[in-house]
Amino acid sequence: MMDGKVTYKTSDEVDFVVVGSGAAGGVLAKELSSNGFRVVVLEQGPYLKEPEFSHNELEVMTLHQLTNNPTRQTTTFRKTPKDTARQQNCVLYGRCVGGSTVHFTANFWRFHEIDFIERSKVGEIPGTGFVDWPIRYADLEPYYTKVDWEVGVSGLAGASPFDPPRSKPYPMPPLPVKGSGVIFERATRKLGYHPFPAPMAILSRPRPGRSACMNCGFCLGFGCEFGAKSSSLSAMIPVAEATGRCEIRPNCYVHKIETDKTGRVTGALYFDGKRATHMQKARAVVVCANGAETPRLLLLSASNQFPDGLANASGLVGKYLMLNSAAMAFAVFDEPINDYKGFCVSRIIHDFYELDPAKTGFYGGGGLDARFDWTPIGFASGALGGGLDDRFGWTPIGFASGALPPGTPRWGKEFKQALHHNFTRTLEIFCHGSSLPVETNSFSLDPEVKDAWGLPALRMTYRDHPNDLKMMEWMRDRAMEILDAAGARTKWSGAVEEQEFAVHLLGTCRMGNDPKTSVINPDHRAHDVPNLFLCDGSSLVTSGRGQPTMTIEALAFRAADRITTLAKRGDLSG
Amino acid sequence: MNSNLGARRDFLQQLGALAGAAWFEAQWPAVLGAAQHAHEAAKGNGAEAFEVLTPEQAKQIEAITSQIIPTDELPGAREAGVVYFIDRALKTFASDTRPVYEKGLADVSRIAAELFPGVRNISDATSEQQQQIVAEMMSEVSPRPGARRNAVASAGSEFPRIIWTHTLFGFLLDPEAGANRHYVGWKVIGRDPAHSFSPPFGFYDRDYPGWQANSPETDKR
Repeated sequence: MMDGKVTYKTSDEVDFVVVGSGAAGGVLAKELSSNGFRVVVLEQGPYLKEPEFSHNELEVMTLHQLTNNPTRQTTTFRKTPKDTARQQNCVLYGRCVGGSTVHFTANFWRFHEIDFIERSKVGEIPGTGFVDWPIRYADLEPYYTKVDWEVGVSGLAGASPFDPPRSKPYPMPPLPVKGSGVIFERATRKLGYHPFPAPMAILSRPRPGRSACMNCGFCLGFGCEFGAKSSSLSAMIPVAEATGRCEIRPNCYVHKIETDKTGRVTGALYFDGKRATHMQKARAVVVCANGAETPRLLLLSASNQFPDGLANASGLVGKYLMLNSAAMAFAVFDEPINDYKGFCVSRIIHDFYELDPAKTGFYGGGGLDARFDWTPIGFASGALGGGLDDRFGWTPIGFASGALPPGTPRWGKEFKQALHHNFTRTLEIFCHGSSLPVETNSFSLDPEVKDAWGLPALRMTYRDHPNDLKMMEWMRDRAMEILDAAGARTKWSGAVEEQEFAVHLLGTCRMGNDPKTSVINPDHRAHDVPNLFLCDGSSLVTSGRGQPTMTIEALAFRAADRITTLAKRGDLSG
Repeated sequence: MNSNLGARRDFLQQLGALAGAAWFEAQWPAVLGAAQHAHEAAKGNGAEAFEVLTPEQAKQIEAITSQIIPTDELPGAREAGVVYFIDRALKTFASDTRPVYEKGLADVSRIAAELFPGVRNISDATSEQQQQIVAEMMSEVSPRPGARRNAVASAGSEFPRIIWTHTLFGFLLDPEAGANRHYVGWKVIGRDPAHSFSPPFGFYDRDYPGWQANSPETDKR
């Protein structure tokens, strides 16, 4: 023990190595250690604490304080398997203790019942691997409630007529409404829709060791110095460490999962911060490295016994990547909204969550919210086509047009005047939607390009299914109608384009009952390896409607229960 | 009253009202320290020596950045100390762009001489001339009708985009990054430098009556 915290030797065979400390890894670390197991969490990024977070955009965004650095975690991109991938910054994920939950928006929607059974309802969609989940909403509901109460979600139960059933109300009231929310609420109600307070993983009331939201305005992209954002860092990791059984080991880049002759995993091989290699022994390994790095790690773990990569007998590791689709519309209003203050989203609608393909001509659906998640530099810098703020520089439509109206001069007096007038008066309607699982959309190992450690770079292959583009155009048109109803004088939207940048990393080690068509079973256990578990965005079978983190955490709570049951009845022993 | 002091006092009051007591005691010094650091950084002193730029280069850069965000009734790049930010950037995170600056400034001088014979570089030009020179420089990244094509970019320089980027950084970044001196950039865009806020935040949420479910009449629509 050091500073009251447990440390293990790499030669100690702990019960579990958890790879990654984000949405799923944080929950699993907390649950498994609370259930009496000895756990080592290997996190590739640094262990920053709340007092170390700042509003310094240069450090946080441009210098990648909290996220992957494309000059070191190299990525390549191609649209189809026929293309040769080119080096391109195409993926964003959290790379610090807490993972992406440190910098995320904290929109916390549950999936609805339809998300789990949609294939049965809609039928086959050509060109996709669209299937039902092996579990149902009812299986996950208790765990959604656990997320609400243990991680900390603000909201108003029953406010949306489209919400799925829930066993308990939210543990705390919604965050206050913002100007964008008021404008959005009035306009959508005028159109007959059903606006409601956004459920957010941000505290509206203080909790032990954590402050309520102070509305500092540096939310998306930044760590919360108040501990109000319900990140794994603030909500789960401290509980895990307090058990005295969980060691959080930062700056550890896991690059191989070792197996023995019987095909069982024996631990994780990693580089420490000085590039020295270590092997942490464990009875079982739980990979929660995110929907990009989890399949990459399995593919990097290829051996004579598993020549196509670990847990990849199906050949589906890395495949069926879904990003969620997105569209945006902007407007400038007459009076100051000042939406730079506070968290990102206060009002949303789910009226389009489940659209009827017979009427619209496409599958899917989504939700719309009102927000202004631009920092000052982000607001101004989109003007020349992105690149200043890498996290949004490649979104399909965002920074290509910037948050200034099209045609605004990009320098000089008029540019300055636009910044002066618009920064406090602009709002954005963000459309979040489903993505279809297409087998060729994938993460794989680039055969040529290496990362800074000399390992094969992450290669992304992605082209949106035409259905998803059609749906987003439809959503964007609804957003423009809402801005009309709001009385916006100046409004604009970007073109809906094929995505080349991934933030939501979903579906790449999908869950299923059939080992031929899925990578993990409903217990999150790899079909091919009895003491290997995978839990993160890669586990998802369908994409939901654009806000996956709540579901990833609910799956993690459920996985922890399942793994605990298996371990306690001896199912993980050799 | 000094607005920053007021902001800190408001912040303190809100912390007391919203934060848990234990959290308040444990974290307050660190958060206050960060806010204080930003406020101190915002003051600058306006008398730093340049570490990378020569006095001549600094004049040229200030002439360019002052056209990108000019000074009018509101402060601009000059008052925000953008040239000092760029000097620091070239010493630190953007040191790899020093050759781009050297070549870019030479290209801009060439444009200046071509457009206005007798003008050796942009800092010698009148304000109107500077505007035209920067218009040529920016024509690649922000085309305007009739602009000469790629005046600078055709020479293989990324200079226009980079100096434009650094100008925005120097004007709008949190002062903790060594930018936005005296918060003038945030004053121009209307961003209150306070470290926390309370609702109502603006005009539209001022008289909000509270959320209510749709009425039957609304649902009919």
